[in-house]
Amino acid sequence: MLDLKVSKTVDARGAFCPGPLMELIGSMKTEPVGSVIEILSSDHGSAKDIPEWIGKVGHEYIGTEQKEGYWSIVVKKAK
Amino acid sequence: MGKRILILGGGTGGTIVANLLARGLRTEMRRGDVTVNMLSASDKHVYQPAFLYVAFGRMQDDEFIRDQKSLLDPLINFYVDPAVKINTDKQSVLAKSGKEYPYDYLVIATGSRIVPEEIPGLKEGAHWFYDLEGAKKLRTALKAFQGGRIVMAVGIPHKCPVAPLEMTFMLDDLFSQNGLKNKYEIYYTYPIGRVHAMEPVAHWAVKAFEQRGIKYETFFNMKKIDPVKKQIHSEEGSIVDYDLLIAVPPHKGQPVIEDSNLGTSGWIPTNKKNLKMDGQENVFVVGDTTNIPISKAGSTAHFEADTVAESLICQIKEGCPGRDYDGKVFCFVETGLEKGTYVWFNYNTPPNPGEPSQMIHWFKLAYNRLYWLSARGIL
Repeated sequence: MLDLKVSKTVDARGAFCPGPLMELIGSMKTEPVGSVIEILSSDHGSAKDIPEWIGKVGHEYIGTEQKEGYWSIVVKKAK
Repeated sequence: MGKRILILGGGTGGTIVANLLARGLRTEMRRGDVTVNMLSASDKHVYQPAFLYVAFGRMQDDEFIRDQKSLLDPLINFYVDPAVKINTDKQSVLAKSGKEYPYDYLVIATGSRIVPEEIPGLKEGAHWFYDLEGAKKLRTALKAFQGGRIVMAVGIPHKCPVAPLEMTFMLDDLFSQNGLKNKYEIYYTYPIGRVHAMEPVAHWAVKAFEQRGIKYETFFNMKKIDPVKKQIHSEEGSIVDYDLLIAVPPHKGQPVIEDSNLGTSGWIPTNKKNLKMDGQENVFVVGDTTNIPISKAGSTAHFEADTVAESLICQIKEGCPGRDYDGKVFCFVETGLEKGTYVWFNYNTPPNPGEPSQMIHWFKLAYNRLYWLSARGIL
């Protein structure tokens, strides 16, 4: 996961509304296919919701790292 | 030559900044040491939260539209001449008239717009209440509705994140009271894995949905609408039938932002604390135009405007750096036609909606009339 070149980082820590997944969905619309997006989230639900949504729409889930007080979730736009 | 402050946008954020500057820098402005110019696309100021009420026939144009000049302190120079190109290197803005407006400090508060054309079929197949024309068309459709399935669907990104819930609860009250009981079904869809972005609001709303018999589907992002078959196809692969579709169209910033290469989709990369555009010490961004991951809402614009105005006043008067924005947002939430609640939160405090009450609903109705004091920088 650390070897991948991240195209865009979305810092959604402290974002109660609209929240990390909404920010990610918005970013997915504007980034080109193949982009690797890292989302930083302090919302514990995102660590579960983001991989679930990525799986539903057919993008690629790379992984999640728990850091001090937040999660780093990395995904790849596949289509 | 005095300091020139240029404000782009005559909405909530720009108007509050301008009026607070006129109050805080009155002496300097009278002496000619500071000039405040505002450029806007319209000579009217529209209180956009009214659109929700327009759809239900509960507010009329003259209650929520005023002449912009009537809201501005007389010391502010107001021009109906929207910006078409922002040049931060030259510290100048080119307006539609061809005139250049140089600045020492720039405040960008150009807001957002709906882009229903981004989802195929949405313009043809859906109603919305995120602009005045759409709200009035929806008002006609709701009046003519004789029963069937109403779908509330939400696009990303969008402003006023509580509005889809408000619309849903108000619709349920309307149709359960006007003789259509047992003749309609409300189906609510939401892009993420719960029914609202804010977790405590989602917990509360799900209980209310269950009590009212409102059905819902999560992880639902509109991909295309088939207006002939009256079906919504989601990115996640499901298909939902509708008789009346009310959608929140996706939003973008104004074209001038992308045309000036300041930010993708019209959102400007902005420091979440000092509200300065990234890499620019003398450019502030207020309201929907920022890319800060918080609610795009009038309330956000209001509190950001307070911060930016105080920072500018402090900087110009004393050379001090000003204060930081703490992420404060306050939103009323209508929970039907007769009750309401509210949420407030900031970067460190999560929202916690209280028990809905008639009093908070009345307070919201009162605020719809008090808003003009906010725009003037008084409330």
